[in-house]
Parts: sequence; structure tokens; C-alpha cells
Amino acid sequence: MTDSSNGPALTRRAAYEARLRRRSALIAAGSSAVIVLAIVILVPLAPGWTAVKKSFFNAEVFARTFPGLLQAFLMDIAIFAWCAPLIAIMGLAIALCRDVRNPVLFPLRAFGALYTDIFRGLPVILVIYLIGFGIPGLGLPRPWNSPYIWGSLALIVVYAAYVAEVIRSGIDSIHQSQRAAAQSLGLSEADTMRYVVLPQALRNVVPANMNLFIALQKDVALLSFIGPVEIFRQAGVYKSLMANFTPYVGAALIFLAITIPATRYADYLMSRQRGRR
Amino acid sequence: MSFLSIRGVRKRFGDNAVIRGIDLDVGKGELVCLIGASGSGKSTLLRCINLLEPIDDGEIFLDGVDIAEPGLDPRPVRQRVGMVFQSYNLFPHMTAVQNVMLAPRRVKSMTPAQLAEPVRALFRRFGLEDHMDKYPDALSGGQQQRVAIIRALAMEPEILLLDEITSALDPELVGEVLDVLRKLRGDGMTMILATHEMAFAREVADKVCFLNQGQILESGTPEAIFTAPTHDRTRAFLKRVL
Repeated sequence: MTDSSNGPALTRRAAYEARLRRRSALIAAGSSAVIVLAIVILVPLAPGWTAVKKSFFNAEVFARTFPGLLQAFLMDIAIFAWCAPLIAIMGLAIALCRDVRNPVLFPLRAFGALYTDIFRGLPVILVIYLIGFGIPGLGLPRPWNSPYIWGSLALIVVYAAYVAEVIRSGIDSIHQSQRAAAQSLGLSEADTMRYVVLPQALRNVVPANMNLFIALQKDVALLSFIGPVEIFRQAGVYKSLMANFTPYVGAALIFLAITIPATRYADYLMSRQRGRR
Repeated sequence: MSFLSIRGVRKRFGDNAVIRGIDLDVGKGELVCLIGASGSGKSTLLRCINLLEPIDDGEIFLDGVDIAEPGLDPRPVRQRVGMVFQSYNLFPHMTAVQNVMLAPRRVKSMTPAQLAEPVRALFRRFGLEDHMDKYPDALSGGQQQRVAIIRALAMEPEILLLDEITSALDPELVGEVLDVLRKLRGDGMTMILATHEMAFAREVADKVCFLNQGQILESGTPEAIFTAPTHDRTRAFLKRVL
């Protein structure tokens, strides 16, 4: 056997698996190379390639607009930064509304259900238009007619509905026996939720919520439709100015630089959680 | 009237009548063992006494007061009636000592400073002083179950309900949990134990009740039940498990 040189520590099985792994790696590298080569060779053969290259992948335009795009992206981050905590708080509050069992508080429960139904049932952009144009239309004085406020509110109410659903699924995932144990000790419903159910539930839904917040980071760009000059709108300004689409490619790259690592991290958290169960 | 007196208790889940008219008396300091096949209603009866399940009919008197009165706040009752579960049900996000302190702090408004010494004493007594600050998943099944017992004891209950507390344990870990019960028995703790540990029931019980299809078919001293059962079904059951 060829692997006997690796020393006696290698069992027959380990040698066999090492051989398999080497083969898989080779095949994967080979097939990837073929695909990349095909793209590199074939795409430039398309009749419109020179035009596309000039208007989407123009290095000169890219270099001139990228710093401005980065600057504009700070606005996206700022909007995200003030929306995210409010979404978390509101999502939690609505999730708790939906879990109340006291009949006196039935209106809360109904409100929670109605709320999540409505805001999960609407396209985000529609809510942004309705709130973002509708409320300032009431003729509010400055600064209360700012699209930053009402656009952010639109994002908050929509995402709070999703976060509420995720938290509620986390609450449902805590086994009934945990509640039974807490109640058998004389804990009240509220204390059972606060000290026993919620801490476990929230921990379980961290990855799912992370995915929601990644989606939020992207949806901040939708606010450009009602005014705020964030990265997408800034890219549009550059596009008009230079008659070139490259700024959009630059904006895409900036988004990906944030969202890909965040998505990978959420996936990692999720697989770790699965491994724990 | 006995300390705990159960009269004509019935409980059904949908079409399934799980408890079909049970009378049971438990005196102060007594240890009563409930035996019987799975599904005979042992666990449900204990959950009813703890008011985790509302009963459909009948009365449960604790110290002369009917605790099964519909509409009664169950929480003061649960403070007096401790319960330990088959699968421990420790809170996994809290250390052993946090598990134990939660209820006294929230329900009895005691401070950690007030609790520190008595809780440490409980852990020490049951051989877990070195494990107080560990999370449940770092403890063996037997240790977890002992923490669960300590958690119930920390509320200073007047009666302890133990629901097959050794059934989920590896055989070599059963002994350490039963030792805890022997100590509690020595303290004069009133206990109702649903169990499959026949030898233990025979050794320590004051009274053994054989449950069959939601009824107590036969009850008496361990001697009477284990050596001279009068009922065919009791005999058949004991033959299978002994």
C-alpha cells in the first residue's frame, strides 16, 4: 500500500478515507476551474460585452465614486443602528402580547395577532410609502415631517412583526415540563416567563433573529424611495451624473462586505446550536 | 382527617379517563408509594395534587382545606406541596444553586444573603457542595435529580410528591437518589412516591397503593401488598416486575 510510508499510526480505514478526501478535493478543484474558465472565456464573447463592461465595470468611475458610496453607507448603518434596538424591544413586547393567558388581557393578545398578521402580510416598500408619505402629509412641522423618522418607523413596525414571530416560536420551543417545574415551585406566570422560559427562548432564536437583522440591513436601502440619501440613492445620483452603472456595482460590493460575513456567522451559530441538541 | 385526604378524584383527558375515582389518605410524616403499570394514573394523580392538572371531580384536602376548589389560586398551595419530576426539569440556563434559589427569592422574597447558608447546608447534606456552581449539563443524572430534590426542599414544602424520580437514571445512579429519600424519611418528611423501585417501596413505605386503570385497586402495608396481594391484577403486576 502506498500509505504505509505514513507510519504505523495510520489505520487501514484512515488511509482509505485520506485517499477518498484527496480524490474529492481534486475533482472539486477541477470542476470549479472548468466553470470559471468557461465564464471568463464565454461571457466576453457575448455581443454586448464591451458595452456592459464599460457601463458596469468601469474602473475609473469605480475609483471616483467608491469613497462617496462608503460615505453614504454610513447613513445606512446609522439608520440600522437606531432601528435595530427598537425592533428588538418592540418584537419582544409583541411576542409577549401574543402569549398572555389572562382573559382580561385578551385585547392585547388580539392586538399582537392582528399586528403580526398585518405587517408580515405587506410588502416592506408599501409600508414605507404609506407611513413615509402618509404621516408627513398630515402637515407636521419640522423636524417631525422628516422621512428619516417615518421611514425608520416603517422599517421598525415591519421587522418587529417578524422578530415577534421568531421570538414566539422560541417561546413555543421551550418544553412544557420547564413551565411545570417553575409552576410547581409556586412561581407566577410572569416570573415563569421572565426567569425560566424567556432566557432559554431568546438564546435559541439568536441565529434566526440575526438573519432577520441581515435582511434589515439590506432593506434600509428601500428608504431611498422616500428621500434619505443613503448608499442606493447616492449610487443613483452618481449614475445620473456619469451616465454609468458602475456605482451600483460598488454599492453591491459594499453591501456584500457586510452581509456575507454576517450570514456566515449566523449559519455558524445555527449549526453550533443544532450540534448542541 | 389525615394531613392529605383525597376523595373521589376524577380526571379525564378528552375521551381518556385517567383517574377514575381515587380516595387516598396520607398522614403527616408518612411515605406512600404508588405502584402500577405505566399509564395507570400515578403521575397524573401527583400532578393533580400539585394542581398542575385541574381535577374534574372530587376533593383534595390539605390540612383540612379543599385545595382543588375550582378558582382557587394554586400558587400558595404549590409552595406547600413540592414536586420532583422524572426528567429532573432543572432550568438548563441556571447553575445548580441558581436553580435552587430562584423560587425562594421570587416567591418568598428572600435575599441571596438570607438563602446562602441554608441552601449551602442542603447541598452539603446531599453531597453536592462541590457542584453548586455547575450547570445542569455538567452534572450526572443522579446529581441533577438530587439538585431537583434540593430545589423542591428549599421552598420548605409540607409534603413532597416524587414522580418516578429514578426512572430516567442509569441503574448505578439510582442508589444515590434513593439515599436522599431515606434521609428525608428520617426527617419525617411527608412523601408520595410514584415508583417502579419495588424493593425500595417495600423497604421504606408506610403504605403501598397499587393503581390500575385510574383506580386504587389495593392498598396496605408493604408486607401485605408484596407478600399477600388479594387481587389477581396486583398479583399479575407484581409477578411481572419482581
